[in-house]
Parts: sequence; C-alpha cells; structure tokens
Amino acid sequence: MELTPQTELALGKPEKLPMGKLHIAQYLVAAVLVILSIGLWRLEVVGAENFRALAEANRIRKIPVLAPRGRLFDREGRLLVDNYPSVSCYLLREQLKDAGGDLPMIASGLHMTVEQIEATIKRYQASPKYQPIPLKQDITPDEQAFIEAHRNELPELETLEEQRRVYPRDGFAAHLIGYVGEISEEDLNKEKYAFYQPGDVVGKSGVEATYDALLRGVDGSRDVIVNSHGKEIGHLGQTLAQPGQDLKLTIDLDVQMAAEKAMEGKTGAVIAMDPHTGEILALVSRPTFDPNQFSVRLTKSYWNEILDNPDHPLLNKAIQAQLAPGSTFKIIMSYAGLQEGIAQLMHIPCNHGATFYGHHFSCDRNHGMVTIDNAIPYSCDTFYYTLADRLGIDTIARYATSVGIGQKTGIDLPDEASGIMPSTAWKMKNYHEKWYAGETISVGIGQGAVAASPIQLARALSGIASGGILRRPHVVFPNEVPPNELEAIHETFPGSGEKTVPLSTQNWEIITDAMYSVTSAPIGTAYPARLEGIDFAGKTGTADVVSERDRSSKNKATIPNAWFVGMTPRRNPDIVVAVLWEHGYWGNNSARLASGIINAFVTKQRKRENNIRIAETPATLPATAQSATAPNASAAKPAEN
Amino acid sequence: MARLSSYRDFDWVLLGFVLILSVISVLEIKSATLHTKFHGFDHKQVGFLAAGLFLMFLISMIDYHRLIDIAPWAYGISIVSLVAVKLVGQKVLGARRWINLGGGIHFQPSEWVKLVLIVAVAHYFWTLAGKELTWRDIGKAAALVCVPMVLVLTQPDLGTALTYFPVLMAGLFLGGIRLRQVGILVLCMALAGGVAWKSGKRLKPYQQARINAFINPDSDPRGSGYQIRQSLIAVGSGGIWGKGANKGTQTQGDFLPIPYTDFIFAAFCEEHGFIGAMGVLLLYFLILMRLIQNAQTAADLPGSYIIMGVVAVIVFQIAVNIGMVVGLMPVTGIPLPLMSYGGSSILFTFLALGIVMNIRMRRFVN
Repeated sequence: MELTPQTELALGKPEKLPMGKLHIAQYLVAAVLVILSIGLWRLEVVGAENFRALAEANRIRKIPVLAPRGRLFDREGRLLVDNYPSVSCYLLREQLKDAGGDLPMIASGLHMTVEQIEATIKRYQASPKYQPIPLKQDITPDEQAFIEAHRNELPELETLEEQRRVYPRDGFAAHLIGYVGEISEEDLNKEKYAFYQPGDVVGKSGVEATYDALLRGVDGSRDVIVNSHGKEIGHLGQTLAQPGQDLKLTIDLDVQMAAEKAMEGKTGAVIAMDPHTGEILALVSRPTFDPNQFSVRLTKSYWNEILDNPDHPLLNKAIQAQLAPGSTFKIIMSYAGLQEGIAQLMHIPCNHGATFYGHHFSCDRNHGMVTIDNAIPYSCDTFYYTLADRLGIDTIARYATSVGIGQKTGIDLPDEASGIMPSTAWKMKNYHEKWYAGETISVGIGQGAVAASPIQLARALSGIASGGILRRPHVVFPNEVPPNELEAIHETFPGSGEKTVPLSTQNWEIITDAMYSVTSAPIGTAYPARLEGIDFAGKTGTADVVSERDRSSKNKATIPNAWFVGMTPRRNPDIVVAVLWEHGYWGNNSARLASGIINAFVTKQRKRENNIRIAETPATLPATAQSATAPNASAAKPAEN
Repeated sequence: MARLSSYRDFDWVLLGFVLILSVISVLEIKSATLHTKFHGFDHKQVGFLAAGLFLMFLISMIDYHRLIDIAPWAYGISIVSLVAVKLVGQKVLGARRWINLGGGIHFQPSEWVKLVLIVAVAHYFWTLAGKELTWRDIGKAAALVCVPMVLVLTQPDLGTALTYFPVLMAGLFLGGIRLRQVGILVLCMALAGGVAWKSGKRLKPYQQARINAFINPDSDPRGSGYQIRQSLIAVGSGGIWGKGANKGTQTQGDFLPIPYTDFIFAAFCEEHGFIGAMGVLLLYFLILMRLIQNAQTAADLPGSYIIMGVVAVIVFQIAVNIGMVVGLMPVTGIPLPLMSYGGSSILFTFLALGIVMNIRMRRFVN
C-alpha cells in the first residue's frame, strides 16, 4: 500500500456514506442488544428462582453435626461405654478439580497411599456426588494442621468432629456390648438400614447392633456460608443433633467381673441370669477381642490375628456355641421322667454301665443301686440310659423342646444359635432316615445329636428350678426401650420367649433337692465346688467331644468340654450361672468357676441387705484403651444409685 | 487546507454516557474485588480512566487525516511490535501478550494494533471508494487484517484476535461488498472452519474445551464448564432487582471467575439485576447510536469508515462478552468495553473515542 496524500484521493470520490448502510448498522446494533436482553430476561426473570437456588447451594454447605451415640451403663448406673471426641477427614468430591493431580499431596499429608484413597473413592462411587466421603478417621493433630494449611490448594478436604466409641479394655464384656463400624455395602441393601447412608457408623454386634436405632440418635447439621475454596465466611443456622439414648444394661458389673476373672486364660463362655426376669447379669465369651480396635480403623494385623485364632474370638459362645450338653441334660431327662411318672419308680443297678440293643453303654463307675434322688448327684449314666430307653426319643424331645432346647431363647443379641434337639421327625427331615432306638440311649446323657448353647441350658435348668417358669433372656431393661421398638426387637429375635411348663410341686422338689446334693453331698460331682452357707445347687456336665478311645491328653481338642449350670437358692433361684469351659476336662472344674461367680453375687447381696458399704467400681474396670485421648471416660464412676 | 476545530463541537453527550458507564464500572470493580487480593483495582481503574481521558483529548487535537496519512507506517510498526512480543514478550499464563517496558509498565501491543487496524482499513477502503470491490480487493483487505490476526492468535490470544475480525467486516460492508460475494465467503469460511474443527489442530486444547463447555456446561462442572456455569448462576440469581451492591454471593464468594474483568457483567447482573443490566445495555445503545450518528455527520468518507470501525469493534465485544456471560457464546476472554478492568482495554476505547471526537470536531471543516 503506497503512501498517498489524502487530498488527492478526496477528488472525485463520494464523501458520504449512504444512509441505507448506516440504517442497517443501527438495526444490527439494536438487534444485538435485543438478543442480549432476551438472554438476560431468560436468566434473570424466567430462571431467577432456579438460579437463586443454585447460588444458595453453591455458597451454603451443610456440615453434618454427628449425634453422640448413647452411652451404656450397667444395672447400677456404672459407665461401661462412653464416647470421646475425634476428628475425621472427609473428601468433598464436588470440589475435587483434577482427580489425579491432588491425590499424591493428600496421600502424603494424611499418611495414606494414593491406592488407599482411590479405593475409598471407588467404594463410594454409587453415592451422590455432593455427599462427603470419609477419607480417614481419627486423624492426628498434624494431619489436621495439614488440612488447615492447604485450604486453598485442597478445597476438597474437610474435617469433621465426631464422637468415637471407647470400650472397656481387654475385651471386657466385648461380646455383650459389641462394637460399631462403618456400615457395609451389604447392610445398606437391607430393609433395616433403608435410611442409612454410606459412611454411617452402625452397631455391628452385641447391644450396639440390637439397639442401634436407640443408641445412634439423629444427626444434626450446621449451615455455613463458604467461598469457592470451601473456606467458611459466615454461618446461617443449625439443626441440633439429638444425642442417642443412654441405655442401662441388665449386667451387674460385679458379677460380670467375677465371670471375666473366672474365664481368664480359658476358652468357653459364662452366662449369668436372673431367672425371675430373664435379665442377663453377666455374659462372657473367651477368647475375646478388643472392640476399641474396631471403632477406629481396624489394622490388618489385628484382623488377621482374630481370623487366624482357631477359637473364634468374635463368636459369642454364650449364645452361639452349639455343643453336646453332656450330663447337664440329665436335669431335663429327670424332668421328663418324673412328669411322665417313670423316673420316681426306677431302681437301677449300676455296674459300670449297661447293655442296650446289643451295645454296651458305659458309666464311669459302679454306682450300685441308683434312684432319681442319687442319680443326679452321682450323674449316673446307667440310670439315664435306662430312662431314655423307657421314655423314647420323641417324649424326651417334647420335654426338652418345651424348656427351649433346640430353639432360640429370643435373647436380644444378634446371631443366637438354635442348637439341636433330635427326634424321629428331625432325623427324617434332615437325614431321610428313621430313628433307631439305640440312638436314644446316648441322648439320655446329653450326647449324640443333641446340641445346646450355654444360654439355653441356663434358661432350661433355672426354669425347672423355678417351677417351670421360663423367661425371655435380655440384656437391656425393657422399660428403657419404647414399646414399638421392643416389639420390633422381639420380632427380629424370635425364640421360645416367656413360657410356663407344667411341673408338679413334688417333682420340682425332687429335682431341686437332687441338684443341691450335686454340690453339697460328698457323693455329688461338684462337691469340691460347694459354698458354705449358700444354698447352691447345680448340675455338672462332662461332654465328650470324641469317643473315649480317641481321647488323648496330648491333644487338647480331644479333651471333653466341662459344663456346669449352677444356681442359688435351689428353688426359685435369684441367679443361674452356666459355665462352658471348652476342653475343661471335668464338669467339676466348671462348677468351681460357677461357684466363684455365685459367691460374688451372694456376697454382694448380703452386704446390701445388711447395709454394708459396697466398694465402688475398681479403677481397673472399665478402663479405656484410649485413655490418652479420652481422659474423662477412664474415670468410670457410678452415675446414679 | 485550513482547519478550524473547537471543543464546542466535541461530543459532550457521548462523553457523558461514557463517563456514567465508567463510574458504574469502577463501582462494580470495587465490589468484585472487595474481599480479594485484587482489592484496590477500582482505584487503578480510575487512574486508567484519567489516562484514557487525557489521551482522548490529546488525540482529538491531532487532525485525523494526519492519522490516516501515517496509517501505513503505523501498520508496519504494529506488525513489528507483534513479532517482537512473540520473541521477547513476557509469558503470562502460557501466552506471550505483553512487553515489559520497565518501571512496572506492561504494554499489550495487540490492543493498540486494533486501533491502527481500524485506521488502516478505513484508509484502504477509502482508496477503493466509488468502485466495485473485486475478489482481489477483498483478498487484500483480508490479508491486511489477517496478518496481525494470525500473529495475535498464535500468542495465543483468541479473544483479541477475534476483535480484529469486525474491523474487516465493517470495512467490507461499507466498502460495498456484494451479497453474492458475502454468500461465497460465508460458504468458504464454514467449510474451512469445519475442516479445522475436524482436524482439531487450529484450536488449543483449552479452547476446544471452552467450546465443548459452551455446548454443554454441565459436562465438566469443575473444569471449563465451571466458568460458564458460575456465570449463569450469578446472572440468573440476580433476578429482577439484583442482590444489592457488594452483596452478590457468587461474586463475593469467589465462585464467579475473574469478576472484575471478563465476567464483570455477570457480577453486575448479580448485584443489580435485570433492571441494572437493562440500564447498562441502554447506555451502550445510546453510545453506539451516538457513534453511528457521528459517522453519518462526518466530513468525509475515511472519518465515517473509522467511526464505523470503532462501532463494529465495540458492538462485537459487547456481543461476545455479554453473550458469554449469559451463555449465548463460548468463553473467549474478550473484555467488555468501558466495564472490564484493564489499562489496555480502557486506553484503546478512549483512544478510539478520541479519534471519533476528532472526526466530529472537524465535521464542518472543508
């Protein structure tokens, strides 16, 4: 383009723009502004409400305020389970700009691996995006500081103060109390957990599971104003959290402690119950586990330790062990025999056993002439072989079933086992074979196919000792629970529940007196466990786990299980204690454990009756595993009473 | 030729509208930066405006014919400065757009090139005035605009490069392009655009993402779609009356991206609502109508061409910027004239207005 003076160019050229083009330009300008106005109208007038909601959603963040879980107390108001404050780190996926980029930084700050974080994100893929997902629980102060210091770079991290469970130390009453944990995907699909969300903490076992609905409370929330980096710049209001309901358990801490002490170093279970009401006074299962390990993040090594233990620490043996009851079953046999009018007429010569249907069934010694009165203290097998043979399996099954053998008791704890009470119908149903009369003989001494749990035996034997009145065992006082919830729990845990079985006064006296002889008469199998001045009655059981030929003292697994069901007083007992000592050798060994627990109970009662001051809860129990972080919880003082 | 000009003929009405808009701009910048580290940008904007006004009066004193005379030289210098920025420019956010002149002054040649281009295009079409445009003439005009455009596009600065385009459009329109030629051009461009889009090499990934986000803002709420989404929420939530000055939650909560520059209109809409937005659009309408009127009354064709070039650039920037803010256009990073914070943009606008004043003041001369 050459440089030309404008004066020359101006010659002979039009000097004005045509008006038409300027009009077109004006219309174009107007059109552009009208289109933009329409765009603004669409957003600000038509869509205003919708966009206002979106703007609010942008700036207002609902921060959940978690409800503290209800605490657990023993029957006298002594604290068993408390909470302590703990901070968790959550991930706000909506704020996560570049999924890959931030993860290594988050991982190093929170002392996690990128893979762990990715796995967590994957686990919550199905849940809505706006919902924060728990990344790490119970974070340390320096991890908290990391999150605070990186608010701008990592707006996706949020901390939340939570209440965490603190359980008694050393697995004290762990099976009864249970533990809490993050809800599993499997549970989320169940109807019971319809209103739960991923990440929610729920009771996983024990009282924590059964009474979760009461204990959990209702979470509240805080509405805060945040900027685009998630930084709080104001707050609007809040919905207070409704704390979970505190529950008073039927457990008596003193009895529980005696039971825990009795089972120290052993495998097996103890259950103590008030037969008048069905209130469980103590429940111990061994080996135990530390529920505190479950309430935060379970370490893999601890989990493996539990899985690898052949004695199944997570199993609540008091209600889940299904084992041959051994000679404790003879009380049920006696009840059947007496009510049928057979046992009181029997005079059986015992000579190391007897022969039935061509097989010799042995008795541990030569008891001479045996009647119902000494058959129980002797625990004479010959007598009960004969009684079983005369009653027949179906009569035995009828009586045993009536006192709850082979069915759940309906205790308010999860996963109770029903046990087995064999009968002709049972065998036909399960094996499609008819019952042979010879099979009845071993059932008479609680061997063979019959299998029962400690809770079943405690309830059945104390029921007989109570004149035929059986209660539904429970660990939480029913008046602590709203009626509809109680009904739901009874529906969730069906069982033989409350019932009365016929038992004549005469027969009642025969059985209870004989049970007293077991511990008080020198011939009694539990005579070494007798308690001076205490009306202590019971029945031992030594249940073979293999036939006697295969037994070897070298192999612990072949040693018989030692059972004892004891109670005081002998009639209408105030407490029944069932002890299962797996591979404890003799029922007598368990009887000694039971007598210790009974003694603790009676001593305490007598002190109370005589207004003697009872020592406060010893400082050792229930202590916390987290005593450093929860100073208040370790001082378990009686809250009432 | 004797030229007499007086400030009696200065367009005081136009300046009045411009100043009202400038005050609105300063207040909105103040609001949008209230709680940010950019607090105080409103004062800087006042400084830019003062400088702009000074330059406006300065340039109005130089006869615009002198400017047309030096247009070819200025054009050459422009190209050199654009090449220079590519070589020695400061890299900011991945693009070389600025030359550091020292003393804290940064110069963005691409804005100033726009002004030169308006004058150069006016000059070019004036040389062709009165005759029919041939394909050759059209090609030359396109080359005139496209050389700096490509240089700016590769900085990369798509937004500014696009603002050169309306200068060409206005020139062709006023220079007498025929409808048939327009049809063929549109067809060719559509084809070329299609090919470029298919090959995907013409646009940077972030530019492609922006266009994708424009088509579907919810596809990536944290990425490119985020800006559009937040802008729509800001504008829409303003409602009819707005949330009030300094009370826009999107603006104050830092949800709205760069609410003092490219998205200032969204911030304004949020705080002052549909009514406020209509007020600003009305001011733009009055300013643009006043400019077109000046084009009509200009003493000669080059004066009209220059003013219409200015009108084209301003309309284009308004359309693209507000169109972006209300979701009718993709995110391009074009500032809103007289509203957005920024020295280069303000100086360009006031220099352009200065030339317009210049032309108006000389309308009775000759």
